[in-house]
Amino acid sequence: MHIHKYEKIWLIFGTATLLVFLSVVGVSAFYLGNQPPSCMATVDPEKVDTLAPFNKPGLNKVEGKEWDYELVFVASAFNYTPGEVEVPLGAKVKVIATTKDVIHGFSVAGTNINMMLTPGYISEYLTTFDKTGEFLILCNEYCGAGHHMMTSKIKVVE
Amino acid sequence: MKTVSEKIKVDRLDGKLGMAHFYVAFIALAIGGLAGLLQTLVRSGKLVLPAGIGYYQILTVHGVVLGLVLTTFFIMGFQLVAVSRTAGTFTSKQRMAGWIGFWTMTIGTFMAAVMILLNEASVLYTFYAPLQAHALFYLGLTFVIVGSWIDGAVIISAYAAWRKRNPGKPSPLLTFMSLVNTLMWIIATIGVAATVLLQLLPWSLGLVDRVDVAISRTLFWYFGHPLVYFWLLPAYMAWYVVIPKIIGGKIFSDSLARLTFILFLLFSIPVGFHHQLMEPGIDPAWKFFQVILTFMVIIPSLMTAFSLFATFETYGRSKGATGLFGWMKKLPWGDARFVVPFIGMLSFIPAGAGGIINASNQMNQVVHNTIWVTGHFHLTVATAVILTFFGISYWLIPHLTGRTFTKAMNKLAIIQGVFWAIGMTFMSGAMHAAGLLGAPRRSSFSEYGGAAQAAEWIPYQVAQGVGGTILFVGIILILYIFINLAFFAPKGEEEFPIGEAADESEKAPMVLENWKLWIGIAVLLILFAYTIPFVDMIQNAPIGSKGYKLW
Amino acid sequence: MAQPGLQRKTKIKVEDSSSLKGTLASVFLLGFFLIVTWVGVFYLFVERF
Repeated sequence: MHIHKYEKIWLIFGTATLLVFLSVVGVSAFYLGNQPPSCMATVDPEKVDTLAPFNKPGLNKVEGKEWDYELVFVASAFNYTPGEVEVPLGAKVKVIATTKDVIHGFSVAGTNINMMLTPGYISEYLTTFDKTGEFLILCNEYCGAGHHMMTSKIKVVE
Repeated sequence: MKTVSEKIKVDRLDGKLGMAHFYVAFIALAIGGLAGLLQTLVRSGKLVLPAGIGYYQILTVHGVVLGLVLTTFFIMGFQLVAVSRTAGTFTSKQRMAGWIGFWTMTIGTFMAAVMILLNEASVLYTFYAPLQAHALFYLGLTFVIVGSWIDGAVIISAYAAWRKRNPGKPSPLLTFMSLVNTLMWIIATIGVAATVLLQLLPWSLGLVDRVDVAISRTLFWYFGHPLVYFWLLPAYMAWYVVIPKIIGGKIFSDSLARLTFILFLLFSIPVGFHHQLMEPGIDPAWKFFQVILTFMVIIPSLMTAFSLFATFETYGRSKGATGLFGWMKKLPWGDARFVVPFIGMLSFIPAGAGGIINASNQMNQVVHNTIWVTGHFHLTVATAVILTFFGISYWLIPHLTGRTFTKAMNKLAIIQGVFWAIGMTFMSGAMHAAGLLGAPRRSSFSEYGGAAQAAEWIPYQVAQGVGGTILFVGIILILYIFINLAFFAPKGEEEFPIGEAADESEKAPMVLENWKLWIGIAVLLILFAYTIPFVDMIQNAPIGSKGYKLW
Repeated sequence: MAQPGLQRKTKIKVEDSSSLKGTLASVFLLGFFLIVTWVGVFYLFVERF
């Protein structure tokens, strides 16, 4: 099988580019801790309201952990609890969320907080809220007739 | 020499089988296109659907009818006639099987369509559990898949018969490519068949109470990514084999084209996790492993880009073109059979760029389930692929119906392509931009409680409405041309263009036809990419979910 | 097998470096486009929390 010289150049360049992309995201994920949300913990979706931490939705200060706060959300058709929350600027926060019924999305517009809430599983994301402002939370996975009405809000305040 | 191959016609009876598939495909285009128009208008905030029709109901229509019905019928029809043309007329048994496949798919489509229209199945074409549709919806989609397997069996048997008649010879290129796409489709659809038959169908019938959602999603996406390559490969067939002939050039390299398709067979399946990057329950190391495999499947597309440019440049230079890009001017810009797929090829450049971004592991957080993704696949399947299918129809429909593609229709077809390009630039461009700002996909119009961020998205949604309207004009035009070519165009002969390799002396290596080897490697890669995370998912499974009907 | 192989080599020598330079330029433009868009979204990812 003959491969033209220029095609070899192109394929080497293209493959090298892809390797660079992979290395950048790989190093960022595995060494700098920027993994996509991949929590392995499970929960009984029908008992969410009675189980910690979901029995106390909202922003909770925690001690002795790598992060300062836990921001707990419970999703169900078609709302999030809490419906609005304030977070202090610069807080290192673990966002913890789950769903009581069907699959929902949990997307904070304009940020990297964007995860699926699968029934039976807990979703987590660790981040530092380093910009002030109002951020819209919305459901970005179809969940039924009221899908587009599902919303909440995070206010990052000084 | 050329004239011999130009005169070969698809057998009349095989042509009828192909046409049956195309009728369904274009009816689907009409229905799905209308649904698409309504969606963009609703989402611009300017239209409220009448008579209690739900946004998500028409969204389900749009996805099922275009993503599953139009594509599967067109592709199977095209591959059947391509094999009949290049590997020889079907036997009457094969043709009968083709008809059984067609009717199985059609009955399945009808069942699913009725359930959607009765609002019993507004679950979108991805039908994620635990939203629970009517059992007949799942059964209908099963029929569509099973019917496509029967069509696929015809292609496999025609290929095997050709190889038996021609020992030691590489199969005709289009037959080879159709076979690869069929094999990939069969391996991939096992996943969706498994979730439907083992999980969703018994659950929707009430035989079991609960369904494991993570496993169902994983089986779906095991199918969901090769699905998009199943759409793309027939377009690549036309780009590699048909387009060179239409412009008057040669296939850049027969062997490299085959190698490209083998790479797709190997790498387009074990990559489903890149649709599940934002999901709990999957170890991030396994996600990253499938991201690496996803990047492998970019390489055959890089090879394709080179081959196509090389075909164009070689042809242009043979016509005396000079300078770095002088060959561009020599291409047949007045021939819709070339121009329309060419617009598709161009759209695949931003489409591919977006695809690489989507697959880049944690970078997916920026775009996951935003309308950026909708913008992305409206460039891939709804521009690159569908414009190529339109380009194919312009010679294939008259070839099969014994009519001609007239100058007037050619002109209209080019206008159609231009409408599509303009409409899609507005719609997909606005979708990409709004997506980066966080606007979600698959959502009806909403002001999100008056949020300032959501207000920023509305101008982009209006632009999508404008684009969607222009695209709908494009759909009316293509339907008009299709009806003309099927029933009214003047009788005559239209060529089925099949390109010849630039270097006829270079015989394709026979190892490329060693299916035990390639299917073996494909299966090993799948087992390697999926076994451990899948077993993990079963062992650590939470309690399953009951069904919900929330629409 | 040897005969066609020889023919091929001589034929390709003529075309090899002269006639596909537009193709090379085109695919590199495509490559740079891929890089620019990717880096753009990566920047958004780094910039956001």
